[in-house]
Amino acid sequence: MGDATRYIACDALVGPANFPHEAGTMRALTQFQITPAPDGGGATLAFSGPMTVASVGHVDAQLRHIDDTVAVIDVSGVAVMDTVGAWTVWRLSRDHGASITGCGDSAQKLIDAISRADANAHSVRPERLPLLQRVPDKVGEVMIDLGHGIVQVIGFLGQVVLSAGTLIRHPSRFRGKALVHQMELVGVNALAIIALMSFLVGIVIAQQGSVQLRQFGAEIYTVNLVGRLTLRELGVLMTAIMVAGRSGSAFAAQIGTMKLTEEVDAMRTIGVSPMEALVVPRILATMLMLPLLGFYSSFLGIVGGAFISSLALGIPFFTFLSRIQEVVPLHDVWVGLAKAPVFGLIVALSGCYQGMQVKNNAEEVGARTTAAVVIAIFMVIVLDAFFAVFFTEIGWG
Amino acid sequence: MGDPAFPIRVRGLRTAFGSHVIHDGLDLEVRKGEIIGVVGGSGTGKSVLMRAIIGLQVPDAGEVEVLGQSITDAVDDDDIDIRSRWGVLFQGGALFSTLTVAENVEVPLREFYPEITDELRHEIARYKVLLSGLPAEATAKFPSELSGGMKKRAGLARALALDPELLFLDEPTAGLDPIGAAAFDQLILQLQQTLDLTVFLITHDLDTLYEICDRVAVLADRKVIAVGTIPELLATDHPWIQEYFNGPRGRAAQDAKARHAQAGNRLAVAQEDEA
Repeated sequence: MGDATRYIACDALVGPANFPHEAGTMRALTQFQITPAPDGGGATLAFSGPMTVASVGHVDAQLRHIDDTVAVIDVSGVAVMDTVGAWTVWRLSRDHGASITGCGDSAQKLIDAISRADANAHSVRPERLPLLQRVPDKVGEVMIDLGHGIVQVIGFLGQVVLSAGTLIRHPSRFRGKALVHQMELVGVNALAIIALMSFLVGIVIAQQGSVQLRQFGAEIYTVNLVGRLTLRELGVLMTAIMVAGRSGSAFAAQIGTMKLTEEVDAMRTIGVSPMEALVVPRILATMLMLPLLGFYSSFLGIVGGAFISSLALGIPFFTFLSRIQEVVPLHDVWVGLAKAPVFGLIVALSGCYQGMQVKNNAEEVGARTTAAVVIAIFMVIVLDAFFAVFFTEIGWG
Repeated sequence: MGDPAFPIRVRGLRTAFGSHVIHDGLDLEVRKGEIIGVVGGSGTGKSVLMRAIIGLQVPDAGEVEVLGQSITDAVDDDDIDIRSRWGVLFQGGALFSTLTVAENVEVPLREFYPEITDELRHEIARYKVLLSGLPAEATAKFPSELSGGMKKRAGLARALALDPELLFLDEPTAGLDPIGAAAFDQLILQLQQTLDLTVFLITHDLDTLYEICDRVAVLADRKVIAVGTIPELLATDHPWIQEYFNGPRGRAAQDAKARHAQAGNRLAVAQEDEA
C-alpha cells in the first residue's frame, strides 16, 4: 500500500515548473499558469508558491517570453512575496497593461512601493563606446596621459626642489625624525635581503665566469670580473631594483592610501606641507641610503665571489680579496657610487609621485604602486646604459 | 532552536581586547518586527556588539543566536548560512570602490542567487537604488562620485539587496544634514513597515530614537543596562540614562517630537472639522 501511495504523491508533484526530486531538499519555486480567456481576449496569468528573491529567478526567463497578451495577473495563490516578486508582478502588469488581482494587504503595499521606484532604464555602468571608437579613444587618452605625465613629473621634481630649497632656508622645519625613520625603513631593514642577494649573485658570476675563462686558461681573471662588475655595475643596479621593489612600492601605496583617506588634505589644511613632511624625507632618505647599500652590495658580491673561488677554483679567500685591490681601479668605485644617488632619486620620486596621483578608489592604489615600480626599474636601467657610455667616454673605462 | 519571536538573542556576551573588557555578561533580545535603537557613550562597544552579532567578531564568552542559528557555535564562515537573510549597513557605507552603485547592489544577488538572469538582476538593482532614495542616474556612478549621504543610501540599497528579514544599521544618520537625516529616518521607517523588517540600529541621533525606534537598548557599564520604550527608560533613575535623555540635546529632541505630534493632531482635527 505504502509504495502505491508514494507513487501517486510523487506523480502529482511532477510539473513543468516544479522539480519534485529537489522539492524536499531545495527551496520551493515560483510556479505560474496561463489560462487563455474563453472569449479570445487577454489571458489570465496565475502565480502560486512563493514569490521571493530565492524563487523567482528560475521562472524569470519564461515570464519574459510570454507570447499571449495577459490581461489579468492573479496572485491569490502566492504564499509569500518580497520586493523581487512584487517587481516581477508589477513589471508584467506594466508591460502587458494587465490588472493585478488577489493581492493581500502586504503584497499590495509592496507593489505600490515598487511602482513608485520604477524608472526608465538606466544602465548599471557608465556608457561605453563601440569597440571601433573605443580603441583610438583609448590610444589617444594614453598618449595624452603620457604627455601630461612627463610634464607633471617634471613639475613634481620642481616642487620637490622648491620644498628642499625652503627647508634649507628654514632648517627648523626640516623633519629629521621622519628622515631617520625612512632611512631605517629603506636602508637598515633592507640589509639582510640585499646581503643575501648580492652574495648569491657574486657566487654565480664567479662560478659561471670561471667556467668560461678556464677555456683560455685565464681563470685568474675571475677576480677582475667579479670585482669590476659588482663595484661598477651590478651592486648599485641590483640595489636600486631591490629598493624600487621594497621601498618605491611602499611609498606609492602609503601615500596613495593617505590620499584616499584624505590624510594628505588634512595635512595641507593644518599648514603642514605634504611635500615637506612626506616626500622630501623619503626622497632624501633613499638618495642617502642607496650609495651605502650599493657599496655594501658590491662588497658582499665580492665576498660571494671570493667564497666560491676558494672552494672551487683554489684561489684562497684572502688572496682573492687582496687581488681585488690590485685589479680594480679606484674610479670603478666612484662610478658605482656616483650613480647611486641618481637611482635613489628616480626610485623615490617615482614612488612618491605615483602615490600623490591616487584618487577615487582602492584599485588605483594597486595600479599606481605597480606603475611606480615598473617605471622606476625601467628608468634606472635606461639611465644605467647612459652612464655606462658616459663614464667610458670620459676615460673611466 | 530559537524562538521565532526573537530574531536576535545575545546571552552572557563577553568581549575583550587584551585586558580591555568591552562587554561582560551582556544580554539582549530583539523582538521580531521592531526597530531597536542601541545607544551608549563612545567606546561602550555598540559597533563591537553589532560585529559580534553578525559574526565578524568572535566573543570570548557567551552565546549569540540570530534567526534561530547560533553564531558563536559556528566553526568557520560557511557554518553561518543565514547571511542571505540579513543586510548590514556599515558606518561609511563600505561600498566596493571599484564597482558602480548598481553593481554593488548586485554583488549579494550574484553571490546567493546565480540563477537570476542579468536582466532581472539589473532591474532589481535599479529599483533597490530608487527605493533607497537615490536618483536613477546614481546607478551608474562610482562610490567616489557620491556624497557622504548618497553613499549611505547606496549602502542601504546593498543591505536591502536580498530582501532581508534583519537589517543592521551602524549610525545611519551620522554625518547627514538634519533634513537628510530626517528623510533617512522616514525612509527606514517606511521600508521597515513595507518590508516587515526587524531593524538593529546603532545611533547617537536622539531625533532618530524619538522618531522611529520602538525600543531603545542602553549600553553602559559593559552591559545592556536597560531596554524599553523611551518613557520606560525615562522612568529609570540611572544617571547616564537621565543625562542622555534629559540633557539639553535630549530635551530638544523631546520637544521636537512633541511639536511634531501636536502638529499631526492639529492636522487630524482640522481634517475632521472639514469633513
